[in-house]
Amino acid sequence: MQNLSFGYSGNDPLLADMSLTLQPGSFHFLTGPSGAGKTTFLRLCYAELLPSAGRMTAFGQDVRGLSRDGIAALRRRVGVVHQDTQFLDHLPVAENIALPLLVSGEQVDMPALGDLLAWVQLSGHARAMPPELSGGERQRAALARAVIMSPDLILADEPTGNLDWDMSMRLLQLLIELNRSGKAVLIATHDLNLIRAAKQQVQARVLRIAGKRLQLAGADL
Amino acid sequence: MKKAELKSLDLATLWRGLTRPDPAGTDRVVPPTGFTAQLTVFSAGAMAFLAVFALALALATGRLAERWSTELAQTVTVRISAPEDQIDEQTVTVMEALKTTPGIAEAKLLPDEEVEKLLEPWFGPDVPVEALPVPRLIEITEAAEGFDAAALRLRLQGEAPGAVLDDHTRWRQPLVSAANRLRVLGLVSLLLIAAASGAMITLAAKAALAANGQVIRVLRLIGARDITIATAFVRRFTRRAAMGAAGGTALGMAAIWALPSMDQAGSFLTGLGFQGWGWLWPLLVPPAAAAIGFAATRWAALKMLREVR
Repeated sequence: MQNLSFGYSGNDPLLADMSLTLQPGSFHFLTGPSGAGKTTFLRLCYAELLPSAGRMTAFGQDVRGLSRDGIAALRRRVGVVHQDTQFLDHLPVAENIALPLLVSGEQVDMPALGDLLAWVQLSGHARAMPPELSGGERQRAALARAVIMSPDLILADEPTGNLDWDMSMRLLQLLIELNRSGKAVLIATHDLNLIRAAKQQVQARVLRIAGKRLQLAGADL
Repeated sequence: MKKAELKSLDLATLWRGLTRPDPAGTDRVVPPTGFTAQLTVFSAGAMAFLAVFALALALATGRLAERWSTELAQTVTVRISAPEDQIDEQTVTVMEALKTTPGIAEAKLLPDEEVEKLLEPWFGPDVPVEALPVPRLIEITEAAEGFDAAALRLRLQGEAPGAVLDDHTRWRQPLVSAANRLRVLGLVSLLLIAAASGAMITLAAKAALAANGQVIRVLRLIGARDITIATAFVRRFTRRAAMGAAGGTALGMAAIWALPSMDQAGSFLTGLGFQGWGWLWPLLVPPAAAAIGFAATRWAALKMLREVR
């Protein structure tokens, strides 16, 4: 993104003059107080919102020029772990995880799906319905759904917000594993302990939204 | 979002998506919604049932109007009312005149038994026709080229003053006109039924889509194309409309088939039904309902998708 600004109302931008490039294999944290615009920033990244000013480019394409099918194609290259996970409650967990494949018309490789469920430690919950899962299980299922299309970029919005420390660490390990396999990862969080734990294992840049602008943080962490 | 951005939802693409098999079960992304499903099937069934009756009415009145305007137009009656001592002579004179009139295929003097039958509904079975001043009736069948009614009337006035030529125009025209209007009413009813079906299916589809707004948002967020989402809804509603309409059509056709035949009861209403190839007409109702379901759901899906980026 270059000199990107965004506001929900005309004259008062929430985010102003932001510039950032996410390289393949990079690991970023995005911090800032509640209401600073972290979720809005992520929504701009997967083109749910369009910038009010500036330029947003994803995989070499200006998102303003993307058709609706183009946006769908972009979202298949970006795995998103939403804060509220957002499952289809009438489908079992395994089908929810395989949903991106299903709606893309791609065949579901059942052994690979089994491996993915095992990776997020949900093998025993494949046939469970989403409301039957705990908070941690839902977050892990959301992560599995986010990565099933093997996306180039993974965005996670407060993925550990409702989890205890052990479960947060488990989820972080999964994200670090994905990063080590070459995926770019951007995690929006205000959990500084999580950032410290991650920095012990990966080279992570920490960004902060302050005064509507994006700043590089990290020295104080 | 601009309308142009929904190009992927053009009719041809949607139709291809609809007719393509769905082995992956993509339609399952739409939750089973009991109420709207039942509402759509029931509405389509009820409307198809009514459509079959409206169609039967339109076809029956069409046949009736055609019969009255063709058969009756070719049948003319001469009525002879004369004193008893002159009636035989005038009857013979009229018959001779009719035989020599161009454009008359046949002239038949109705025997007393047939006149008795005509009078039976008013006077009962034991009517003493010979005791009544009943006029003689001569039934004329017109040839294809027709005859000059005015000239014949003048000739009869001169040769048999008791003879009156009645070409039924006075009472036939209003009947033909009424039958034609009934046919138009039947066709208008069909259009109204189609419009009402469309409205009901649209409402049900809109309710289902609104109830599934979150599902649509999630599907868009994980990279589903508009065509995939719309097809899942359109396919489901088109099938429901077609299934309901097929049931309603079958019931309607069975009800029409079960009506007493014309010969058994002999009144106008028993003529309500289909004849020969006419039984194929109601078979168009389920495809029509499916087309209405398709168009209505597509419209509702487009409207909903415009609100989700």
